[in-house]
Amino acid sequence: MKSSNEDRIYSDGNRRENHEGLKAWLNPSRYGWERISYWLQRLTGVFLLIYFVGHVIETSSLVDGKDAWNAMLELTQTTWGHLFLILVIGTSTFHSANGIRLLFTETGRGLGKPGRPDYPYSPVSLNYRQKSGIWIALILAATAMLYGASILFAGE
Amino acid sequence: MTALLSIKTRRTKLGHDEKKESTLEDSRKVVHLRVYRKNPKQDKSSHFDKFEVPVQRWTTVLDALLHAKEYLDKSIAIRYSCRMASCGSCGMKINGIPRLACYTKISEIDGNIITCEPLPNFPVIRDLVGDFSDFFDHHGAMEPFIHNQNVDIIDKNRLTEFIQTPEDVENYLQFSYCIKCGLCYSACPSVGSDTRFPGPQALAQAYRYVADNRDDATQSRLNIVDNKHGIWRCHFAGSCSVVCPKGVDPALGIQLLRGHLVNFSKNDKKLAESRTRDLGKT
Ligand code: HEM
Ligand code: SF4
Ligand code: FES
Repeated sequence: MKSSNEDRIYSDGNRRENHEGLKAWLNPSRYGWERISYWLQRLTGVFLLIYFVGHVIETSSLVDGKDAWNAMLELTQTTWGHLFLILVIGTSTFHSANGIRLLFTETGRGLGKPGRPDYPYSPVSLNYRQKSGIWIALILAATAMLYGASILFAGE
Repeated sequence: MTALLSIKTRRTKLGHDEKKESTLEDSRKVVHLRVYRKNPKQDKSSHFDKFEVPVQRWTTVLDALLHAKEYLDKSIAIRYSCRMASCGSCGMKINGIPRLACYTKISEIDGNIITCEPLPNFPVIRDLVGDFSDFFDHHGAMEPFIHNQNVDIIDKNRLTEFIQTPEDVENYLQFSYCIKCGLCYSACPSVGSDTRFPGPQALAQAYRYVADNRDDATQSRLNIVDNKHGIWRCHFAGSCSVVCPKGVDPALGIQLLRGHLVNFSKNDKKLAESRTRDLGKT
């Protein structure tokens, strides 16, 4: 049974009042690694989505002939172009690796089993086995970015 | 991060942090409470009132607030009852993190400024008191009681015993320790942007009954949480389990429940139907 708005004691009956909204996502600093993972997964996901739209536009320039395609390629040959590509490498590596961790954890695997809680309670789901997946994803992303940078900037 | 670290200190060390507490006795006999004040019926905006409160080694944030209310400003609105982390009414944001005021000692907090605000994600009734109507509605929507078609709970003569082994109990025990304090609900980023999302407390209770082998309504329970604003809005940010004062670990319950929905973890429950049917015969 739902309480009707008249039953509510607070003044304006606005259920959203005092809700954190987007701020809850924007500030990942307060609750540990899983919150940072949540923030980064969405940030990298949205970045990749924007990249993919750009990527489709870029490759579709092939329809306009060889010159148009080459002009597009030139864009990625600049320093800013290189930096952007390195960001793509880093975000896609992190997003895929952490995404695989999330596929496991979000279906209840690798989180441990419920038991008898004893003080000082330490939640089994926040165990180091699954947490280390976030660190591995970060290390893989950093390594991939360094490797990418070494190739992209080698010719300069 | 410092507030988070002090939560960790509490969780990981059973004994007292003696060094810290003795320095408190020497140098910090007074703390500065900053209390959020707003009466939505009168005030357009909120402000903070400051109070200087004497503290001892054992003083909790609730003790300090009650001192301020008793001697300095009687109009501060606080909700509390048990003073021992059992009733779940004194949840508030203390230095940025949702905690129980009665379960947070001043000596665990770094610095001597203590900022108390109402729990985020609960509309403010007055000062530190939030409206739990939506939160309790979500809990109620999970049908938090045993369903079992084979056991007649109306006809006393047909009553039968539910027998469980200690292992059966451990499948759900920790989730039944929930005191409905709402700390998890206020730490959850999905609740922050979707009032129709049941939130960690309610979803963990849905799992509590799915994991209980006396209950035979697994399918209908899964149907309740499997919708657009339901369990899929959890992104395992884990913050609920960080702040829960009772070791419920709602994030664990939610992910295990999702495991049931995608058919990964259906074996961890012995079906209530056959068990109770057998019992009924004897
Ligand atoms: C190996 C490839 C990938 C894997 C394993 C993967 C995995 C995941 C997972 C498990 C989530 C859900 C996280 C959550 O519940 O919060 C997610 C979120 C997301 N993904 Fe991916 N992903 C991959 C590739 C991509 C690509 C190529 C894009 C962009 C076109 C993308 C865009 C997004 C976006 C926007 C989100 C955010 C949604 C949200 O916050 O819930 N992903 N990804
Ligand atoms: S799950 Fe924990 S934090 Fe959430 S309402 Fe229950 S006791 Fe409070
Ligand atoms: S007063 Fe009961 S939980 Fe704090």
